[in-house]
Amino acid sequence: MRLAELVTQVLEIVAALVAAPIFLGWVNQCRAWLQNRRAPSIWLPYRNIRKLFHKDAVIAENASPLFRAAPYVVFGTMVVAAGIIPSMGTRLPLVAAADAIALVGLFATARVFVSLAAMDVGTAFGTLGARREMMVGFLAEPALLMVIFVASLISATTALPAISEHLATQTLGLYPSLAFSAIAFTLVLLAENARIPVDNPATHLELTMIHEAMLLEYSARHLALMEWGAALKLFNYACIGFALFVPWGVATGELGPLGLLVAIPALALKLALAGAGLAVIETVSAKMRVMRAPEFLASAFLFAVLGLLVHVMLGA
Amino acid sequence: MIIRQSHGRILRAQPAELGAEKERLTLPLGLPDLPFHLRLDPLSSAFLLLLGASCAGISMFAAGYFRRGEGAAPGLLCLQYHLFVASMGFVLLADDAYGFMVAWESMAISSYFLVTTQHRIAEIRSAGFIYLLIAHMGAIAILLCFGVLQGGSWQFTFDAMREARLQPGWAAIAFLLAMLGFGAKAGLVPLHVWLPEAHPAAPSPVSALMSGVMLKLAVYGVLRVSFDLLGEPPWWWGLLPLVVGLFTAFYGVVFAAVQTDMKRLLAYSSIENIGLAFTGLGLSIVFLGAGMRLPAALALIATLYHCLNHALMKSLLFLGTGSVLHATGQRNLGRLGGLIHRMPWVAWLTLVGALAIAGLPPLNGFVSEWLLLQSFLFADQIPHSFINMLIPMGAGLVALCAALAGYVMVKFFGVIFLGQPREASLAQAHDCGPLERIGLAWLALGCVLLGLFPVQVIAGLGAVSEQLVGLASPGRGAPWWLLAPVPAGRVSYGPLVFLMATTVVIALTVLLVRLFYHQRIRRGSAWDCGYGRLNARMQDTAEGFGQPIRNIFQSFFWIEREVPSPFDRAPRYWIIIGDRIWRGVYEPLATVVQRLADIVALLQQGRIAVYLLYSFVTLVVLLGLAL
Repeated sequence: MRLAELVTQVLEIVAALVAAPIFLGWVNQCRAWLQNRRAPSIWLPYRNIRKLFHKDAVIAENASPLFRAAPYVVFGTMVVAAGIIPSMGTRLPLVAAADAIALVGLFATARVFVSLAAMDVGTAFGTLGARREMMVGFLAEPALLMVIFVASLISATTALPAISEHLATQTLGLYPSLAFSAIAFTLVLLAENARIPVDNPATHLELTMIHEAMLLEYSARHLALMEWGAALKLFNYACIGFALFVPWGVATGELGPLGLLVAIPALALKLALAGAGLAVIETVSAKMRVMRAPEFLASAFLFAVLGLLVHVMLGA
Repeated sequence: MIIRQSHGRILRAQPAELGAEKERLTLPLGLPDLPFHLRLDPLSSAFLLLLGASCAGISMFAAGYFRRGEGAAPGLLCLQYHLFVASMGFVLLADDAYGFMVAWESMAISSYFLVTTQHRIAEIRSAGFIYLLIAHMGAIAILLCFGVLQGGSWQFTFDAMREARLQPGWAAIAFLLAMLGFGAKAGLVPLHVWLPEAHPAAPSPVSALMSGVMLKLAVYGVLRVSFDLLGEPPWWWGLLPLVVGLFTAFYGVVFAAVQTDMKRLLAYSSIENIGLAFTGLGLSIVFLGAGMRLPAALALIATLYHCLNHALMKSLLFLGTGSVLHATGQRNLGRLGGLIHRMPWVAWLTLVGALAIAGLPPLNGFVSEWLLLQSFLFADQIPHSFINMLIPMGAGLVALCAALAGYVMVKFFGVIFLGQPREASLAQAHDCGPLERIGLAWLALGCVLLGLFPVQVIAGLGAVSEQLVGLASPGRGAPWWLLAPVPAGRVSYGPLVFLMATTVVIALTVLLVRLFYHQRIRRGSAWDCGYGRLNARMQDTAEGFGQPIRNIFQSFFWIEREVPSPFDRAPRYWIIIGDRIWRGVYEPLATVVQRLADIVALLQQGRIAVYLLYSFVTLVVLLGLAL
């Protein structure tokens, strides 16, 4: 069944590439509905990316090669990450090469490159964004790792698909530790993907922005790759959440076309629900001051550590 | 230069016998009835490999670097440099306490002279003094440790110490003394204070040697004493290095994030990394004592791997700062910037080191971090309740340190090499010479290779783990490109495949973008919000970039600052971020010592009559006692 595994692998990456902008569009649409606005088309992120690809790139005079390379690195790492996360099937050839810790490392690589690129031109906005991004990252990254650790202690492996398979195939057991982890993970997801209440993806107000401040110098295809990369990151995080907390429906074991027939609609359903949930969170909460972000993230980290503690104490 | 190079080569050639018949030699040196015993076993081979691999790069760099003068006569500098390297080699080969101490002390003293190369500067003299002081406090502890270890046999060869069966209490004391003595050299908190002073004071290749290699010898010392000389240590000993290591790692990285001097920043980062190495060591002792050999071997290999990694990447970064220092004359991050355009070689090679130390895959820093975290995941199976709950929390701290290391490295690289030059004089900065390039490239290559071929490295380190914990490298039987140390689980990491996948995806993206779209590019000025007055001073300084960390971890620092009021006509802002341990422990201690010395000084009158009186009184008292 090596061929089937390879097919799943490619299918998963392609699906992530295709679905990520739609997912972002869906979140935006839900948000608009909840806020009594006329919703933009679900295809809007696509049109945006297409438009950006056709434009001429303008880059600052003193930008170094690092600045031009960063979008490709960010996009590439996000695509590889999509290949590791079991969104549809758990038998993925690429997974042997990178477990969940490597996945966190991949996200860190992307973050470091975005931040370095933001510092490259040497504007006030760029460095400000980089500093804030790293501030968010240094607390979010260990929190994510702790969340993954709880799941890996439960299933005695750090390979994400194996964790997912273990949790999916179990007779419905209740894990109090995973409940804490789920809270922590949600907070990390919000912070890492520049969503309200940590960052506002729709603002360009210097006092509040983090992610957009770093992209300010980018244009055209570089910006398109960065935007697409950001959409992929959101998609990837959603899929990590599914793999850890709602793994049901994912094709486990030997793959057949039947497994995928269940897995694809299941993924679509989960994405639709998660997107709506994200829109609700973003609508009911207010953007907090940047100074408060560390507290928010520290609580995420503590929730994750609490989850770990609950696991080692209760063994569940 | 040829001598230096061959020096590195010889040292690197030795580990070829790794795992072969143990090599011994008795040198007819030293005191008449105390010859030096030498022995090459897997543990010392592994550290000799570390010494040789990093010295090859550092010496190459130094050959170019010292041609452009650093204050001292090059001849003298060369002598001290080689004495330093040679004594480090002897420390590793020594097989008796006497030879070990002689080598250890010559290492301390030669490095003291290297630190104070620019002895005309008062700060450097005082940095050297603190270094020498703490080095000797440590040496006394090590000496006492050997005194305990001989266990009444009065034989000071390591063989005799292995034979001596110590009472558990004495063994624990020996271990404590070893932790104290070697911890002072390693820079474990609270004995770390010399490190951020001495490392910046030394010339950069020397900083690289001290940080990259000398600190690892302290790890070697603890490994030698606890695993080899004392035999199998009880599990609870491991808690000390574990807890101290975790705290040191965290303390170091938090301080690194707020530094404004690039070499001080790296010195604090070294404290962090040595903390991580001790964490692994402690974990290994705990596992071994609990009878879990596989996790013990895993943690031990994580420690050794981390030492090896850190030797290469920290040397690389220190040498990079040396080049920057030569090119610009600046150590202050606030006066650098934009050097990637002026010094592309240094910048790109340093970037490799920075990404490696930030623990990003597929470079080497990630591998040791991965191994350490994997060994933490076994901690819930330790058969001691409560401990098995607390130790997994350490994984959280390790992860936090790793993420903060990323923060520190973005700051380090971004402020020095990216952005706009903060001073006009930086326009004259020049790239480093060919010898320096080779040195940097050698170390960078080491970082990449250690990252890409972990299976081979671990197979090599297996002999050490077999010697110390009785289990050869875990995870045999996996394919050569796949690191799978835990046979039971399905845990694996294949850096080569990982790199290939990422490269293929990136290459495909580049290709597709080129194929389907145009590749026009225009250069324009940076977006200035329409004001047109953008200048280099608007970028974050090093203080600015570290500000979130300073705010979050405020209670760690001793902060003095002056914040100007908005109505100030000539506003001034300054901030001093100090170490609470220095102010709270060392300064009061120094005051007490000073007072005591003052009291003793009362005896010293400076008149010969008084001294004669002292002699007379002493004689009378002695006579009185004798009668």
